[in-house]
Amino acid sequence: MAYSDKLLDHFKKPKNVGTLDKSQKNVGTGLVGAPECGDVMRLQIEVDETSGLIKDAKFKTFGCGSAIASSSLATEWLKGKTLDEASSIDNMDIVEELELPPVKIHCSVLAEDAIKSAIKDYKSKNAE
Amino acid sequence: MSDKKLIYLDNNATTPVDPRVVEAMLPYFTEHFGNAASRNHPFGWAAEGAVDKAREQIAGLIGADPREIIFTSGATEADNLAIKGVAEMYKGKGNHIITLETEHKAVLDTCKKLEKEGCEVTYLKVNRQGLVDLAELEAAIRPTTILVSIMFANNEIGVVQPMKAISDICVKHQVLFMSDATQAVGKIPVDVKELGIHLMAFTGHKMYGPKGVGVLYVSRKGPRVKVTSQMDGGGHERGMRSGTLNVPGIVGMGKACELCAEEMEADATRLSGLRDKLEKELMKVEEVVFNGHTEFRMPHMTNLSFKHVEGEGLMMTFNQNIALSSGSACTSASLEPSYVLKALGLGDDLAHSSLRISLGRFTTEEDIDFAIDAIRTGVNHMRELSPIWEMYQEGVDLDAVQWSEH
Repeated sequence: MAYSDKLLDHFKKPKNVGTLDKSQKNVGTGLVGAPECGDVMRLQIEVDETSGLIKDAKFKTFGCGSAIASSSLATEWLKGKTLDEASSIDNMDIVEELELPPVKIHCSVLAEDAIKSAIKDYKSKNAE
Repeated sequence: MSDKKLIYLDNNATTPVDPRVVEAMLPYFTEHFGNAASRNHPFGWAAEGAVDKAREQIAGLIGADPREIIFTSGATEADNLAIKGVAEMYKGKGNHIITLETEHKAVLDTCKKLEKEGCEVTYLKVNRQGLVDLAELEAAIRPTTILVSIMFANNEIGVVQPMKAISDICVKHQVLFMSDATQAVGKIPVDVKELGIHLMAFTGHKMYGPKGVGVLYVSRKGPRVKVTSQMDGGGHERGMRSGTLNVPGIVGMGKACELCAEEMEADATRLSGLRDKLEKELMKVEEVVFNGHTEFRMPHMTNLSFKHVEGEGLMMTFNQNIALSSGSACTSASLEPSYVLKALGLGDDLAHSSLRISLGRFTTEEDIDFAIDAIRTGVNHMRELSPIWEMYQEGVDLDAVQWSEH
């Protein structure tokens, strides 16, 4: 499959690969997908409690090139955003940015799900 | 990784044409361009003579009579002609066909089409190594069974089926035995008479010949088999396959068969040595699963699953330099992981993680060393990115995790 240069760049030099300490109260973790489906994405956000901004984001992804690039891009976009701004990231923004071919759109959906799931986790940990 | 090196390890998909084959073909595009069916002038005679020679070269490789070679456009057409042609020709005897779940789509989809037209088809399961169960095969035979179609060697895992034993069962029950031998012919010894195969499909481009030419072997005696033509026209190929013969292609396939007959043994010895080295080195990587049969298999290939790594992503780490295949859904047109690997009982996760590496006549030891290194590096890199590899290392029971299916 012919991929865009942007996608290949995110695949070859993925940004923000890693693991945040999920036991921290200000870290939200989203784990979506399943090994049987061929992709599992784990996306984590670390929120600055005073400013409410996402100060760090990390991912690890089991999946094809598009899944890895989508999660890498998502973590880049998340940093510096408020939770509301982060929630509004749409999978079609990822499709557009990486020029994902139609058969790979599900990778962007997974990335959006991972973002929402990480935010939900953070909010449930911090709901008083 | 550098962009200059390009290594081809996907010889089960197609092989390069041997330069000696190209050389044999060239005069038949220009100088000897005649139609082999033009019986009344020297242009036709030259073409017919070349086709006759190719028929002998091909028959020689598989132990057949030259008159038993029916030229087609490839193995897919030969499979179609064999199965549909037998179903039509022998419909007075019955309408039941037996085949394997792990056959090539050219066989499976042909059978599915026939089911819609009133045939009944049994799709036999295979064991964990990919072999057919002979007792199950025999038990599946009914009074209405007209054909057993079982591939010689599997394209994804290389397992070689017990052809003689299958034939014995077919002969005992007076059922025709057809085999898709696309992956076997030219690479391992295939003798249709010794093995008791009645119809056999194969193609030029998997044995260093050109694309667009294939053969259906149809036994002329013991038993005398006939297939109803699926292409109507000038009545070429003893009425079984009309259409002007692809003379350059046929000449090329003939030459390819001649070379295989001469070099197969040496190629197989050399390639199995390289394959064993590749396999041994890659099996040293943690959490690798071998797919197939360690004894009954093709000499030039292997299929391995690298757990917790997705095949397409893994291939992308080295596909600027190395060409091979994966059973991952992301590399298939259907977006489903390999049905062959699933038929072995592998979970979808292992099918997604598989690589098929197939060597060929022009593979060198240097290529293999490069591939070992690149695949190992790729697996390590992808595992660093993989959350399930991290979970596995932390001792998480992955089967117990509640995944969010999507």
